Amino acid sequence: MDALMNLLPEFWTATGETLYIVAATLFFGGIGGLIVGLGLYLTRGGSILENKPVFVVLNVLVNLIRPIPFIIFLAAAQPLARSVTGSGIGNDAVIFTISLAASFAMGRIVEQNLLTVTPGVIDAARSMGAGPIRIIFTVLLPEALGPLILGFTFIFVALVDMSAVSGIVGGGGLGNFAIQYGYRQYEPVVTWAAVLLIIILVQLVQFLGNSLARKALRR
Amino acid sequence: MSVVSLRNVSKSYPSSTKGGATVTAIDSVSLDVEAGDIYGIIGYSGAGKSTLVRLVNALERATGGEIFINGRDIVGLPERELRKIRLGIGMIFQQFNLLGSRTVAGNVAYPLEVAGVPKSERVARVAELLSFVGLSDKAASYPDQLSGGQKQRVGIARALATSPSILLADEATSALDPETTHEVLALLKRVNAELGITIIVITHEMDVIQTIATKVAVMDQGAVIERGPVFDVFSNPQHAASARFVSTVVKGVPSASELAVLRERHSGRIVTLSFRDTAVDQSEVFGEFVRADVPFQVIYGGVNEIQGRPFGHLTLALHADDDRVDAALGRVRLLTTVTEVR
Repeated sequence: MDALMNLLPEFWTATGETLYIVAATLFFGGIGGLIVGLGLYLTRGGSILENKPVFVVLNVLVNLIRPIPFIIFLAAAQPLARSVTGSGIGNDAVIFTISLAASFAMGRIVEQNLLTVTPGVIDAARSMGAGPIRIIFTVLLPEALGPLILGFTFIFVALVDMSAVSGIVGGGGLGNFAIQYGYRQYEPVVTWAAVLLIIILVQLVQFLGNSLARKALRR
Repeated sequence: MSVVSLRNVSKSYPSSTKGGATVTAIDSVSLDVEAGDIYGIIGYSGAGKSTLVRLVNALERATGGEIFINGRDIVGLPERELRKIRLGIGMIFQQFNLLGSRTVAGNVAYPLEVAGVPKSERVARVAELLSFVGLSDKAASYPDQLSGGQKQRVGIARALATSPSILLADEATSALDPETTHEVLALLKRVNAELGITIIVITHEMDVIQTIATKVAVMDQGAVIERGPVFDVFSNPQHAASARFVSTVVKGVPSASELAVLRERHSGRIVTLSFRDTAVDQSEVFGEFVRADVPFQVIYGGVNEIQGRPFGHLTLALHADDDRVDAALGRVRLLTTVTEVR
């Protein structure tokens, strides 16, 4: 317990880092996920922007990247992170790599959520003279909003999970804190404190996501 | 001038398997819909009627022929041009296809937003449309709070928002119960009569055609096999498929299996008399049997009315010897069509 008390400043710093990494990756990965998901949905056969080559490329890319264990992806994508963020290590590099991985994971979820929108509703919008861009923003996304919020809540947990191994490439956060000060120093209380905070964080976000989704679905 | 005119329109899809034959959904259909018509297109599922109506507003592209909307050929027009044309063609659907994320008023306002109508005008127009379909009190409700009939009325209000000259109804009443169906059909009749909108109705229910259509085309396997004023097709169908549809609302000449059942219960010769319009006086026809001393029983059939004109088929069992029956039938044949069923 004393160990934890002595480490409180580091603990709060780590908490802040986790929040920063997760918020940034939720933003970038969320946008990336929407783009990938919309791309998959719109270019598939029979959809409004049907385009087989684009669909096949996106689909293969998603299937290739998603199964790679994140800890390996983090190492493998390091050169790419370096060329984009200027450094292969640290929180910015971690944010880049998580956002990239999350875009593809989220893309699949977004695609599945969009597929729940009745195709007839899109027919109706087309019959009223709406074009593809208008259909995306006034029909597809609003109609799928409830499931999309739940999808983003789901991916939030995955982001917390991914951020935990950021220490591998010099990133911070609660995962790194638990390993560095808890596991390696034989201080289980320190580890559990980090675990507890992560559980609370996830519960809060899940609750928020559920209630927003309920509001969107009006149930 | 026809409002909608199809000239040898075809639609085929490439085969789903490599090297397979292409699938022809619409096979060289020509059709003219005049201003003010309620034009019914009837057929079994898979006959191609829904595809045909989706070609009219280019939700699907024709692969051959010409489609004139108010005189302009839309086949091959770029998507951008088609969007403008679609503003002049309303459409309603079997599953209503309302936006669940918008209120009733929001749904009706949608096509106005697409058309770029300013907000103040939109509000006034939405109120006007909801009052027309009798749903002013539901403006703030969401579609999932409405009954099927109410949803379709919202669909109709939405389809009318941009004041189109044509309304396409794709199985618009097929998901509704009979009573609600008649409410919606009555509304469509008002749309036609009060707003002067030409309506194309796709259905598999002959009852819908009988209730509102002025003209009808019967589709089978992607082709129009019979067309004409509703009364003509109902009272004298030329095609076996048309006759089957007509028989769903009015019994015609009994089929072989029905006849077998009738034979079990009735002796004597069996004939079917067909009445068309007021040209034939039924009392005169039956009078001939009475005068010839031929007792008879009406054993099958029915009389119906389309647009105020009666028609029907009555099957009689005649109980007398052949000479008297032949004599009576000879005179009856001068009055109306007689089909002897054996």
